[in-house]
This record gives sequence, structure tokens and C-alpha cells, in this order.
Amino acid sequence: MSQRSTPADISFNLTVGLIAGIAILILVAPVLIVIATSFTTTQALRFPPPGLSLRWYGELFDPVRSAPIHTAALNSLWVAGWATVIGSVLSVLAALAITRVSRPSARALEASFLSPLVLPTLSYGLAALMFFSVLGIRPSLNLLIAGHLVVIAPFVFRTTLASLTQLDPALLEASANLGASRFYSFRRITLPLITPGIAAGAFLAFIASMDNVPVSLFLSTARTSMLPIRMWGMMESTLDVRIAAIAGVLIVAILLLMVVMDRFTGLTRRVSA
Amino acid sequence: MSAAAAATGASPVRDAVEWRLAAPLGLTYVVFFAAPFLILLGISFYADAEQTRLGFDSWVKFYTDAFYLKVIFDTLKLGVFAVVATTILAYPLALVFRASSSRMQRVLIFIILMPLLTSVVIRTFAWIVILAREGVINQTLMGLGLTATPLNLLQTELGLVLALTQIEMPLMLLPLLAIMNQLDQNLIDASRALGASKWRTFFRVILPLTLPGWIAGATLVFASATTAFISQSVIGGARLVYLPALIWQQSMVVYNWPFAAVASLTLLFTVLTGIMALSWLGRFARTT
Repeated sequence: MSQRSTPADISFNLTVGLIAGIAILILVAPVLIVIATSFTTTQALRFPPPGLSLRWYGELFDPVRSAPIHTAALNSLWVAGWATVIGSVLSVLAALAITRVSRPSARALEASFLSPLVLPTLSYGLAALMFFSVLGIRPSLNLLIAGHLVVIAPFVFRTTLASLTQLDPALLEASANLGASRFYSFRRITLPLITPGIAAGAFLAFIASMDNVPVSLFLSTARTSMLPIRMWGMMESTLDVRIAAIAGVLIVAILLLMVVMDRFTGLTRRVSA
Repeated sequence: MSAAAAATGASPVRDAVEWRLAAPLGLTYVVFFAAPFLILLGISFYADAEQTRLGFDSWVKFYTDAFYLKVIFDTLKLGVFAVVATTILAYPLALVFRASSSRMQRVLIFIILMPLLTSVVIRTFAWIVILAREGVINQTLMGLGLTATPLNLLQTELGLVLALTQIEMPLMLLPLLAIMNQLDQNLIDASRALGASKWRTFFRVILPLTLPGWIAGATLVFASATTAFISQSVIGGARLVYLPALIWQQSMVVYNWPFAAVASLTLLFTVLTGIMALSWLGRFARTT
């Protein structure tokens, strides 16, 4: 294609390039600013920091002074872990149930299994609180697991269904023709081929649970505190620089996880496709 | 084992849902998702905070008070602003993404995913550091001599929209990038060969063809921005009240559960209205 550069085309390229640059800046700058702030020497949240130190990381890892943060972090990890494991198993089964079925009932099931992604989870959080309270169930980490489970299962369901749709049915036919039992075919052919999809979904689900505010806001208590809620409390009272240190730790942990996940599951391809 | 049955159907299209496999997740949803919403609906029909009398009082009180109606309107407005701002920024970035090499595309996806995977609370915190009186923006503006006194950006709608733009932009970008990559280059080439400028090609070819991706993204951004409790309450402060803060305050501070239930269902309707408007827009665009 020969491209003539008319003034209109040049103005288009400039506009697109400029706005795209701003978009990247807006996406990246806040993350970098938080990381830089976490190394500050002072109590104030100044950027750029007047001096660099590991003071706030020291504070954050202090077992006594930061004990509530550690408890909240462990609670969050526990809830996210169990919600992801249970949610993944249920979602994979559900995805198998409707894959390659073109009936309206399958479409309806798919839509309802995905609905927590767009329905306001904050409304759900309050509904869950009222539900458990009407049943007379006392708040506990198990309730948080149940609440998170419903909200994060769609992530696994979606990626698993996408993997199953891409699966070549000829492979399964061949396996069946060669005398493999249904379960054998599932174990040796379907499961290995959809595992990266399941893993990518489970990764997103785990992050969504670790990050969840709307459900934890209502279901967590002082005894079962969760990390995002604890951080919100720290932000509301005094602007504690330890939040920046928590951010630093979480960002590095997620970056490592992302690189690992990308190696094993092609996460970046999967999310954009 | 029925799991295998689902996986080994001989024909590519199967004719029935494997209900035994769908049941575990389905029942979990019925018990832990649908039932709580029914309870929520039920509690909204109590007339008083102590939940002793039935009646429509909570609904009437909510929908006849100008203050609460304004809260609904402001929440909708915030969602629309977030969608508009993310759209303006995401489309150019998606065009650059489409034109990039596959190596560059991976880098861009990493950049886009990074904020999505950093906790919403941390992204909100970052914007406090940026918008505060001694924050990045004020220091830059004062350093350049553009303003003598620091601007108040926290607790303003502008500051909140700015923060929500970054916080929600990945939700707009991911579906948009996916559809942008599937776009047939021949259509763009044809438009250019017929003499259309890049602007015209964008508005007449690229934009209509990527609309389904935009609608998916806009739906997520709208739903997310209208319910972003922490960003709204920390950056918006006490002066800007949106439905999520109202729900939280009524249920956890005032303990008026029927009223909180009404506010909560209102948020649900607000989001659903937005989603339906967007999908109607998509159907309308396809037929014209």
C-alpha cells in the first residue's frame, strides 16, 4: 500500500500518538510513584521523596507493630486460596457441561455463570451479609470464602470455556475410535489441553479475591480482617507510609507471578484474545 | 465419570447441557448468590429500621427525597464520565497496539495488565499521592509557575474521574485490543485506496467494526466505576456522596437495613440500566 502523507493523515498520527502516550503515562506513572514513595525517609507522602531508605519496609515487617497487617494479609491469602481452588473445580465442571452445546439453555447458563462480573458486587456484599444474618450464621473466614467464591468463579469459567471452544473435537473422536474410555480421553487429552486456560483463569481469580473490597467490606469483621479493608482503614485515618510499602511488596509479588504465569500459560495472549 | 462424557461427545455440536456437571456451580450460585438477593429484596420491604413493620416506606422515602435522587444521578454521571474518559484514551492506544510488532504488543499488554493487577486500594492510594496538596501535580504546576497556590484536586469530581480513568482503563483496553487485532487489514486498505483520509477511515471503518469490543469494555468500566466504593470515598471524600457510600453508611453505620437494601437495589438497577443502554446501542449500531 503506498501511503500518501496528507496534512489530515499527519494530524491523525500526531493525535493518536500523543493520546496513546498520555494513556501509557497515566497507566504506569501511579504504580511507579507508589514504589518510589515506599522508599521515602519521611512521614510525609512526598514525591519525589527527600531521601531513600528501607525504613517503611522495616516497619511493615516488624512482627509486633504491624501484627494487624500480617493477620489481615494471612486471612486474605487463606480466603483467596480456598475460594480459588473450590471456584476453579466448580467452574471447570460447569464449563465442561455447556461447551459445544448451542441450545438456549446453555446460553442462559453461560450468561448467569458470568453475571457476577458485571452485576455490582457491592449490592451482592450487602445481600450476603443480610442472608447470613437472617440464617443466624456468625461471620467467619468460611463465609468470606463462600462470598468470594461466587464473585471470582466467573474468571475461571470464562477462560476454561474459551479453551474448550478452541479444542479440536477431532482429537476426542480419534481417541474414542481408538477405544479410549470417556474418562481416559478427558484425563489424557482434554485436561492437558485446557490446563493453561484453567491456570490463567485461576490466577485472575486469585488476584480478584486478594483485591476484593465489595464483599469483604460487609462480611469481614475485626476478628476476620482482610488486607484491602485494613489498608482502607489505614488510608482513612492517618496516611500511613506503610501502605506504600505494602504496595511495593504486592507489586513485586504480582510481577513475579505474572512472569511465571506468562511462561506457563501465555497469560498475556490469553487475556487479550 | 460424567466429566469425560462432556469431553468426548463424538460430534462437534452436542445437543444437551450436561446438567450433572453444571449442578455444583449452579447450586452454589442459587444458594450463595440468588438467595441473598431475594433476602435483600425482602428486607427492603420493611418500613422501619428495626424491621418490625412491612410497607413501602423505605422505597417511598428514597425516591421522594431530592438528596437521594441526586445521589443516583451523580452515580450515573460518574459512570458516564469514566466511560468517556477511558474511551478517549483507550482508542488511540489500541490503534498503536494494532500497529505494533508482536514483541511490542506483549510489552504493551504487560503495561496494561500491571495496574489491573495492582490492588484497587493501592491505585487509589497512588492517586492520593498524586492529587494531594503537596502531590505530584501541584508540585509540577507550582514548579512551572502555572499556579501560586496548590489546587484542591482531592475531594473533587475532576480528581475522582482522573483516578477512576487510570483505575478502570485496563477494563476498556482488554476487549478493545482483542477486537482491534482481529480487524481485517484489507478493509482499512480499501478505505485508504478509495481516497479516505486516516480520520475518515477511523470514524467510518475502524470505529463501527470495533464497536462490540468497545461495548464490552464500556460495560465493565461503567459497572466498575459506579461501584468503586474505596476510590469514591477516599478520593471523593465526604462531600461527594455516591450510592456505594450511601449503602455502606446506611447498613454499617446507621444500621437502617431496609433503607440500605433499597439503596443497594437502586445501585443494581442503575448498573443494569447502563448495561442495557449499552447493549441496545450495540444492536442499534449493527442495524444501521
